[in-house]
Amino acid sequence: MAAPQSFLWTRRIVLTLLAGFVLLPVYVMVSSSLKPLQDVSGKFQWIPRNLTIQPYFDIWDTVPLAKYFVNSLIVAGAATALSVTIAVFSAYAVSRYTFRGKRAFTVTVLSTQMFPGILFLLPLFLIFVNIGNSTGLALYGSRGGLILTYLTFSLPFSIWMLIGYFDSIPKDLDEAALVDGCGPIRALFRVVVPAAVPGIVAVSVYAFMTAWGEVLFASVMTNDATRTLAVGLQGYATQNDVYWNQVMAASLVVSVPVVAGFLLLQRYLVAGLTAGAVK
Amino acid sequence: MTAVTTDPKVDKPNGVGSTGTGGARRRLPRIPDRIRQGGLPYLLLLPAVLLELLIHIIPMLIGIVMSFRQLTQFFINNWGGAPWSGLDNYRIAVDFDAPIGEALLHSFLVTCVFTFFAVGLAWLFGITAAIMLQESFRGRGFLRAVFLVPYALPVYAAVITWAFMFQRDNGLVNHVLHDQLGLTDQPSFWLIGDNSIYALIIVSVWKGWPFAFLMLMAGLQNIPRELYEAASIDGAGIWQQIRRITLPSLRPVNQVLVLVLFLWTFNDFNTPYVLFGKSAPENADLISIHIYQSSFVTWNFGSGSAMSVLLLLFLLVVTAVYLFFTSRGRKGADA
Repeated sequence: MAAPQSFLWTRRIVLTLLAGFVLLPVYVMVSSSLKPLQDVSGKFQWIPRNLTIQPYFDIWDTVPLAKYFVNSLIVAGAATALSVTIAVFSAYAVSRYTFRGKRAFTVTVLSTQMFPGILFLLPLFLIFVNIGNSTGLALYGSRGGLILTYLTFSLPFSIWMLIGYFDSIPKDLDEAALVDGCGPIRALFRVVVPAAVPGIVAVSVYAFMTAWGEVLFASVMTNDATRTLAVGLQGYATQNDVYWNQVMAASLVVSVPVVAGFLLLQRYLVAGLTAGAVK
Repeated sequence: MTAVTTDPKVDKPNGVGSTGTGGARRRLPRIPDRIRQGGLPYLLLLPAVLLELLIHIIPMLIGIVMSFRQLTQFFINNWGGAPWSGLDNYRIAVDFDAPIGEALLHSFLVTCVFTFFAVGLAWLFGITAAIMLQESFRGRGFLRAVFLVPYALPVYAAVITWAFMFQRDNGLVNHVLHDQLGLTDQPSFWLIGDNSIYALIIVSVWKGWPFAFLMLMAGLQNIPRELYEAASIDGAGIWQQIRRITLPSLRPVNQVLVLVLFLWTFNDFNTPYVLFGKSAPENADLISIHIYQSSFVTWNFGSGSAMSVLLLLFLLVVTAVYLFFTSRGRKGADA
């Protein structure tokens, strides 16, 4: 099908503009991270005059970036593993069985997705503080507590996406396994999970990315020892100065792992969305 | 299949709860089988249900109870001791002549305007990019990856970069508008004052449109090619095909997408928080920041909870009305 010239030209112009809009901050991030402090503090320069990689060394000393990195990794990793594992079981139940309360369960899970995080933040904060006071269990400020709060958004999403994905896998597959003498749990792990790998990968990537970028809970529920990157990056702003070159260098460093992982796996994510959300 | 043809479910090597393997059991397979099948879904759901209770249901109930109490910083360690205040928190929140209610109403209206433009533009950019990348051409895969970058970048890293670009003295935006193009008399403030709503919308669209693009791209894959072929045989040009085939076919995707974008944008906390800090400029004071501010900065949890509950009620009503109309439209289209 030959598209007319008018369409081709519109396409060229529009796509160029969109790509420019998308990449503008990326360019600013990269170029500013390679400038000395006096250059980023003065007028913006499109082309850096004095290139330096010093900011990439300084970021680790100005704030304990490595510690924040580890905290983020632990919290986002654990929240992802926990929510996806639990979601696999419940999505299997919803997708393969009919039972009383199924609709109530899915409606509850779906609707909690739309609630603002702030709604859960206040009570969870109070619950954690009060549990700490009465039992000595330090949930508030701990990584475990933060992981638990991250489930408020990653669990409903994971369940929702995986139900859609499991539904798209033919039931004959695991029914055959049942006929062959597998138990339902074995059928789940031998047949359904392997067939759903792209969907599970997509959901995991998404859950990890969301947890890696989360700001609200991290800013309330962490202390000096458990601070994540989301809060730690604010440390480059001091009373007198903002080390913009270091902010940009650190932003780039914390972005590279997730962006690379995402771009490698984005095909799965599109497949997962097609099966899960777009029905 | 194999030789197991009698009643396969009896002979589970690893079946849940099937311990007995004696001949007596074989004669009565049906009853334990059914009980086990009846219980199994609940067993599978158990972890999710327990966690849902812990992270959603109980906090929500506590939040509702909190909203009826005078819960200030003195009672954070013992919230059960906070005095009951009945509907006071709600009365204060909706008293639009008094400072607290007036600020809440203002924040609500700002959020509505912000959401309208942020969702509208994100959708427009998303649908444009999805349609333009539907046909394959050189560079399509590359562009697709590029367009997804804002979606993959951690919010704080991306938004902090925008905050840098919007700096008054050393930012890119003023450098271009003032120094290079000479459009403004003097460098403008973008992160305080009246301009901040524009900065917020631009950043939100930048961050949000790739999700629309992703969903719509997935939706486009489900449109049968034959529809386009038939249309082009009938003499329909590409613009007509977009209007008559692509857009109507995307209706179910759009219905979900617009709702999800609306809810996310309306509730967004991350973008304004990273862009402006703990207290946003009046002109860009989104509702979630406003509630955060009145809860954790002025330490009035009771009032903050009442505002959260009001926000939740509003979202529930909007969603219900939206779902009612879109599902009715869908039924009409099917008939």
